[in-house]
Amino acid sequence: MDLQIALILGQDGVTNGAIYALLALSILLVFTVTRVLLIPLGEFVSFGALTMAAVQSGTPNSIVWLVAGLAVVEAALDLRVRLRSPSRRGIPLSMVLKVAYAFALVVLMYQLPLADLPMAAQVLLTLAVVVPLGPQMYRLFFQPIANAPSLVLLIVSIAVHVAMVGVGLLLFGPSGAQTKPFSEAGFELGPLMINSQSLWVIAMSLALIIILYQFFERTIYGKALRATAINRVGSQLMGISPVFAGRASFLLASFIGTLSGVMVAPITTIYFDSGFIISLKGFVGAIIGGLASYPLAAVGAVLVGLLEAFSSFWASTYKEVIVFTLIIPFLLWRSLTSRHVEEEE
Amino acid sequence: MLLKKITAAVALATLATTAFAQVKVGVITSATGPIALVGIPQKNTVPLMPKKVGDLTIEYISLDDASDSTASVTAVKKLISENNVDAIIGPSGSPNAMGAIGFVAEAGVPLLAPVGTAAVVLPMTEQKKWVFKTTQNDDIIAKALVEHMAKNGVKSLGLFGTGDPYGENWSKVMTALAEKNGIQIVANEKFQRNDTSVTGQTLKIIGAKPDAVLIAAPGSSAVLPQTSLFDRGYKGKYYQTHGAALDDFLKLGGKKVEGTILAASLMLVLDEIPDSNPAKKVAAEYMGAYEKMYGNKPATFGANVYDAGLLLQKAIPIAEKKGKPGTKEFRAALRDALEQTKELVGAQGVYNMTPEDHSGFDERGREMITVKNGAWALLK
Repeated sequence: MDLQIALILGQDGVTNGAIYALLALSILLVFTVTRVLLIPLGEFVSFGALTMAAVQSGTPNSIVWLVAGLAVVEAALDLRVRLRSPSRRGIPLSMVLKVAYAFALVVLMYQLPLADLPMAAQVLLTLAVVVPLGPQMYRLFFQPIANAPSLVLLIVSIAVHVAMVGVGLLLFGPSGAQTKPFSEAGFELGPLMINSQSLWVIAMSLALIIILYQFFERTIYGKALRATAINRVGSQLMGISPVFAGRASFLLASFIGTLSGVMVAPITTIYFDSGFIISLKGFVGAIIGGLASYPLAAVGAVLVGLLEAFSSFWASTYKEVIVFTLIIPFLLWRSLTSRHVEEEE
Repeated sequence: MLLKKITAAVALATLATTAFAQVKVGVITSATGPIALVGIPQKNTVPLMPKKVGDLTIEYISLDDASDSTASVTAVKKLISENNVDAIIGPSGSPNAMGAIGFVAEAGVPLLAPVGTAAVVLPMTEQKKWVFKTTQNDDIIAKALVEHMAKNGVKSLGLFGTGDPYGENWSKVMTALAEKNGIQIVANEKFQRNDTSVTGQTLKIIGAKPDAVLIAAPGSSAVLPQTSLFDRGYKGKYYQTHGAALDDFLKLGGKKVEGTILAASLMLVLDEIPDSNPAKKVAAEYMGAYEKMYGNKPATFGANVYDAGLLLQKAIPIAEKKGKPGTKEFRAALRDALEQTKELVGAQGVYNMTPEDHSGFDERGREMITVKNGAWALLK
């Protein structure tokens, strides 16, 4: 192995690591705010990638019907809650808007000349279609059991994941898809040829991380989410709605997941079930961060990417084993060094 | 509700008594789960299979195992104990079929496995006697590839396969064959179907400077290694296995897979096959019927199940002389009849079973194919 190979592998590892880092951050965010270990995060990645591929090939995908259907179910549930409470009557505007939005997507998907849209519009459309699934998922599956023990939340999370994989097969079919790169350009840096897609991935990941940081530090909503993560009951007493916090964290997670899918789709072939293994590597990163520290989780995820790249060169047969074995020493180290906190039930 | 059930039961009972004697065939496919790509065309093929042989009707009971080996075994047990089937076609996956062998052998039910790995019929054992395989053994395909390599002056070869039974078996078969033909294997790398990048393996293979690279991966996962090698500037010859023989391979690979050489079923290049090839007619019939029903062309995996139907169609009348369908004698006779299949023309080639060879293909079961202008073309 010479310097050039090491550089290429390093670049590859950092590119994948950047994606894992984003996913690690979403897992961490959702976990600290809602105590849900977001296993279906990977489905946003694959749904994002496959929707993007469908848009690029100009075939409207029925995923919009899934979004519309869930919006209707959501509205029906909200309405039932409303009718039962004697004080408030009538249909609120937000509910109407949500359903209208979902059906507007259906119209857009079937009416727009999908394949001829500029790339940015295709990305926006993909995000507009897939991201709402996050808050919908929270509303339908997690909000009713928001106070359940975390084991129950984990089981529901796994169930949602399995169901979403099945839905993915139904919507997108069994064959894989790859999308066009954002740009074909490549840059030469000394002995290293950097393709622009990796630069896109790294730049967008960095930008997202900075935006998230600013969001949590400077805005009232970000602070509300942080407060919920630190002390759920205390923040509720201060007037932060746990329903809002849950929905907002799922919205952010589905946004990040979908965007990761759109970014990774030009690099590799994505199948309906690919997302899980990608988000699992983000999860390893989050574990390295002890499911508590954002910077450590991001560093851990990049480490996973690098380890993966180098082990695929040295011992490709055992690559997956090496990456996932990494979790054991870190868990040991974590449980030996950190104070064990009993979960409040 | 109860009334409805009673009516249905009565209707069924009358039907059962008036209908012809019936052969029951269980079909297990992976129409959902990770290998749905293989399972869906197989499941879709079931309605196209022969429904009548002589005065016997054939009833197909189709189950899905969600690509899960445990579910395959459950399905096998259910078909045997509840449905009392005379034969089983399936399951779609190699590990799934391996798991089912013990149970079909114990119950004495012939299993026609449309799976890739030769391990289900080789080496032949007392249990595997009950298993027949309706795909080309890897070594038949491999021989064709190695012959082509030797003829074209390939001296060193890089193997790039999946880290699953498919890739492992190919690396085993190729290591033995390459050595015999004086080809040196200079790199043997593995990757996973869901990998987002295979850069590490690609660099290692390019570093070993082989004359040609063989990519052994099932389905569209065969694309990523090749495009990765192409992007890194590998200029040697690219070989693929019959696992890549899907239109998705062309769609995903685009210009980067131009000139790839593979050996696979004649279905890919049907129009170019001479009419003298007996399998052409059967394949055309099958593909026509499939396209009429579903509006798209079947993947070769579907033909594996179709051929299983043809094998049964030929064997059932012979077995009928020894016993009534649904009895142990009939099943044993069916197995013997399947084993004696001679010159049966299927959609993928000609079957000649022997007690040692339960796959039965010869060189008529494969064609040398290349990618030319973004389409499959017969290699001349």
